[in-house]
Amino acid sequence: MSEDQTVTIEVDGREIQAKAGQMLIDATDAAGINIPRFCYHKKLSVSANCRMCLVEVAKVPKPLPACATPVAEGMKVQTRSPLAIAAQKGTMEFLLINHPLDCPVCDQGGECELQDVALGYGDDVSRFVEGKRVVMDKEIGPLISTDLTRCIHCTRCVRFGAEIAGVRELGATGRGEHMTIGTYIEKSVDSELSGNMIDVCPVGSLTSKPFRFRARAWELIQRDAIAPHDAVGSNLHLHVRRNEVMRVHPKENDAVNECWISDRDRFSYTALNSAERLDTPLVKTRGEWKESGWHEALTRVASGLKEAGSDLGVLASPGCTVEELHLARKLANGLGSERIETRLRQGDFRTAAGAWLGQSVTDLERCSAALLIGSNVRKEQPIFGHRLRKAALEGCDVSFINPLELEMNYAARQIVTPPAAMAGEVAAVARAAGAAGPLIDQAEVTERHQAIAERLKAAPAATLLLGNLAQAHPDYAVLLTLASALAKATGAVLGQLPAGANSVGAQLVGAVGDGLDAMLAQPAKGYLLMGVEPGYDLWDPAAANAALTQSGFVVALSGFRSESLEAVADVILPVSAFAETSGTFVNAEGTWQSFAGAVSPKGETRPAWKVLRVLGNLLDLQGFDHDSSEEVLAEARQQAEGRQLDNAPADAVTECRLVDAALTRIGDVPIYAVDALVRHAAPLQKTRDAIAAAIYINESEAAKAGLTAGMQAAVTQNGTRVILPVTIDPNIPNGCVRIPAGVAGTEQLGGQFGEVTLEKA
Amino acid sequence: MANEVCLRNNDLERPWLLEQYQSRGGYEQLKRILAGEITPAQVIDEVKAANLRGRGGAGFPTGMKWSFISREAPGQKYVVCNSDEGEPGTFKDRDILRYNPHQLIEGMIIAGYAIGATRGYNYIRGEFWEPYMRFQGAIDEAREAGLLGENILGSGFDFDLHVHLGGGAYVCGEETALLESIEGKKGQPRFKPPFPAHFGLYGRPTIINNTESLCSIPVIIEKGGKWFSEIGVANSGGSKLFSISGNINKPGVYEIPMGTPFAELLEMAGGMRDGRKCKAVIPGGSSSPVIPGEQMLDLTMDYDSIQGAGSMLGSGAVIVMDDTNCMVRVLERMSYFYYEESCGQCTPCREGTGWLYRVVSRIENGQGRPEDLELLEDVTRKIAGRTICALGDAAAMPVQGMLKHFRDEFEYHIEHKRCKVGA
Repeated sequence: MSEDQTVTIEVDGREIQAKAGQMLIDATDAAGINIPRFCYHKKLSVSANCRMCLVEVAKVPKPLPACATPVAEGMKVQTRSPLAIAAQKGTMEFLLINHPLDCPVCDQGGECELQDVALGYGDDVSRFVEGKRVVMDKEIGPLISTDLTRCIHCTRCVRFGAEIAGVRELGATGRGEHMTIGTYIEKSVDSELSGNMIDVCPVGSLTSKPFRFRARAWELIQRDAIAPHDAVGSNLHLHVRRNEVMRVHPKENDAVNECWISDRDRFSYTALNSAERLDTPLVKTRGEWKESGWHEALTRVASGLKEAGSDLGVLASPGCTVEELHLARKLANGLGSERIETRLRQGDFRTAAGAWLGQSVTDLERCSAALLIGSNVRKEQPIFGHRLRKAALEGCDVSFINPLELEMNYAARQIVTPPAAMAGEVAAVARAAGAAGPLIDQAEVTERHQAIAERLKAAPAATLLLGNLAQAHPDYAVLLTLASALAKATGAVLGQLPAGANSVGAQLVGAVGDGLDAMLAQPAKGYLLMGVEPGYDLWDPAAANAALTQSGFVVALSGFRSESLEAVADVILPVSAFAETSGTFVNAEGTWQSFAGAVSPKGETRPAWKVLRVLGNLLDLQGFDHDSSEEVLAEARQQAEGRQLDNAPADAVTECRLVDAALTRIGDVPIYAVDALVRHAAPLQKTRDAIAAAIYINESEAAKAGLTAGMQAAVTQNGTRVILPVTIDPNIPNGCVRIPAGVAGTEQLGGQFGEVTLEKA
Repeated sequence: MANEVCLRNNDLERPWLLEQYQSRGGYEQLKRILAGEITPAQVIDEVKAANLRGRGGAGFPTGMKWSFISREAPGQKYVVCNSDEGEPGTFKDRDILRYNPHQLIEGMIIAGYAIGATRGYNYIRGEFWEPYMRFQGAIDEAREAGLLGENILGSGFDFDLHVHLGGGAYVCGEETALLESIEGKKGQPRFKPPFPAHFGLYGRPTIINNTESLCSIPVIIEKGGKWFSEIGVANSGGSKLFSISGNINKPGVYEIPMGTPFAELLEMAGGMRDGRKCKAVIPGGSSSPVIPGEQMLDLTMDYDSIQGAGSMLGSGAVIVMDDTNCMVRVLERMSYFYYEESCGQCTPCREGTGWLYRVVSRIENGQGRPEDLELLEDVTRKIAGRTICALGDAAAMPVQGMLKHFRDEFEYHIEHKRCKVGA
């Protein structure tokens, strides 16, 4: 029978249509017929272990699990017959005999699948009079709490790890009643998607550690939002109580995030009430920071901006909303400046190209060959990583060209090469694919380049994706030029993984200019910073600091206090953070997703779009009369109308700037360092993925420099010297040292890629 | 008519040696098959004609199992031998591994030839160290002699065989749990369908048979399926190994024709110890319901006869108990076994076996309540037929059997807080 063939079955006397071979529970779910279940999860494999979904099928003497029984034409099913009900109630009794009756103090209480189903299928008095099982809890990290006595052994968490996260972190050890969920050897659960285990757990066995004991489910109001940390645009549910975001859950959207979200999107809300939140305007007077009223601060800003006039530079985070960026650009334009930039971590602006995914999000999991250039997609954009993993499991041939070796959770080919040689590797693949041109013609083709090229050519759906490490590369323009030639030669779709939640939106509303050099090489008279901490959010913090320090006037719109910001700014205006403001993000595939504020702005903070609108008024600029963010959005959309992004570079650039140095820095931005909100989310900063600033170097390079693990060493980049600890990391190629960017201790360093020297401190 | 098939070489001095096995015509059937005298289809037909039913306990016709796999289907296929032999009371496969390993190897190669498999695994119970060493020795000898490995005897047919020593879990005797265990995973039964014939070891078509079943194959080929079938009775072909133990004089393994009266088997085993009364018999391993002694003495040892008495022939593990046994104590011990051996995967078995054990234990220890017997019966009904594998049924049936035939002892225990036996 083919997959799309339809069969007719009868459930509880009602005829329903189902796809041949489909599991019964999928058919009944689609028809709105409820069958109780615990272990079944539509995105996970069938395990049929809970036995809750037993139903009666005509001509079968025993009750069958609906989750593991394929439908067949003419099948007659009773979900509520005496046999089925007896089986379901029997299972319920078994599940409850050892389950603690601690619902009043259980975090899952009120949203517990066991509690819900027990209401319908459980008895009010237990016949079990023996002692109940007690299981020791396990410490599995800063995000998930365990209460294993409550576990009903459905293994959803185990299957999630194996099948979705791609890391078998939790497993079931022990037999029978002694079976427990755990990590076997005590360790933490570190997957970037681990929080989803909390959602899939039907009971209160795995609960959110940051949320634990802070609210009851029935006190929470659910509001929609869009995730602010990457270009996926994951749909969120914010759970709010008394004007406070208490936790974040995924909102199901099969076209974007399915029913998953990354830990970054789930736990970053914890920063909203961190001690570093800024909630009153700050004005610097004679080198001293003073809290001030809005009126005073805005007046000061207006005069500062007026003074800067056409020599104003706007640096805005790609996580700013469409509305904010539109108004910021309008403000700059109103003052006669064209200088606005959101590509804060791009290393090369020698060519212009529209950076977007080049395809839909769901296309990613349908591709049959993929080459990622300069990307650790799994940590950069975890949901895209998951989509690619799905493709890989279906047979997609995935290759990477990267300056460091990645920890993979599926089989992939990795070409690891120093940054200066990356262009050569891409050129070699292009040459193998039959492309021609400068660099390509000189490239040395080996078997592996041949293999990648052949797979890309032969694949019915192939894609080339440039990630954050490519964008930050000093020869990004070259990489893009070569990738574009390779795409043409292979017929692959050329795509990019934009860094921020609104990187694509920023381009559509014109919040991109001539690049960071143009912005910072010559200090502007005035700067407007939006969501930017200069030490962490810019490609070259040292250069940025120099420019900002020399500038006459710097105003920052920020949600947080920040040392590096306070060092350079004159006024800091507290703006509403994620969840506190309405707005719109355009995700990597180009989908516009708007959201409303879920809670009111904290303290004295105001939504950034309102601040910009008022500044427009104070500066007597035209067209700042919006009454709502929707009006701003309408205007921005109108301007963006007809703008198409094209990943192909406008000019072919083949001159490499990054030359072989004795030691080249690889300055990746770790997953929990991408923006201020994440950096202030305490639980995320306690995870294993919260990479600290250090000198990551392989054994032989360390030996060359006379360094050993744990030692303090001095790293010098562009004349700035910083002391950092040494960590031996075999994933770093020779000639390279990984010093992550965006993390404390690297504020003074130069560009994310570049020559460095090391010496003993 | 004893020791005709699996134990037929037991009279030799060292029957596990290749040379001794070959002195009795060992590996001759394999040679005939490889020479093309017998086609794979004919092999399967003979096994079908032999009316050989799976000797591990379930009694599924072996020939039919083999015919589910097409020899022509491309890709790797496997033959797996189940020597996990964990059913309490069963110790017959141990003797095959110790005394007739080559006949098992020959049987497995023939099975591989019949279905087009080139790899075999024998999964041996973890506690069987000596049989494991013996069997491994036989493999080494066979490989050395060119009977295993590539291009066996120049025929162009490849078949190699590996031993996997289990870790001591009863549930790994369940065929799909066994496959998981070979794959290096936790031994837990798979949900079926798909059956191993379609999705077996490493997801490939696999036949998995009991040691005794596979060991019978060379004899069936030699003497013909009809010959084998006629040893037994209708619906139960051939001879069968019975592991008989308990309160008898000569416990051990006896190979006798199917349909032999139990009384005869008891006599072979030296009769009841101290001439006591045969109170009860568990006829097919601990999971088969108990049968009262008087009733058992009228039965014959074949599938239909035992089934007619409400029990199962199972693996042929006969546990004989005299009138000094307290049935509550016996059941407590058996329930403890299932409680400890449940894999924990599915709810009714994981939770139910522990519940059964605790209630029976309470009764045994004088803490029983009048309503406990009804509770026990109800819990067994909620386990049986609702689990992924048969372990749930295996745990439920002994309880049901005991309560059916020896309810008075349980009632006595509850009322008097001590055993009826000896009271």
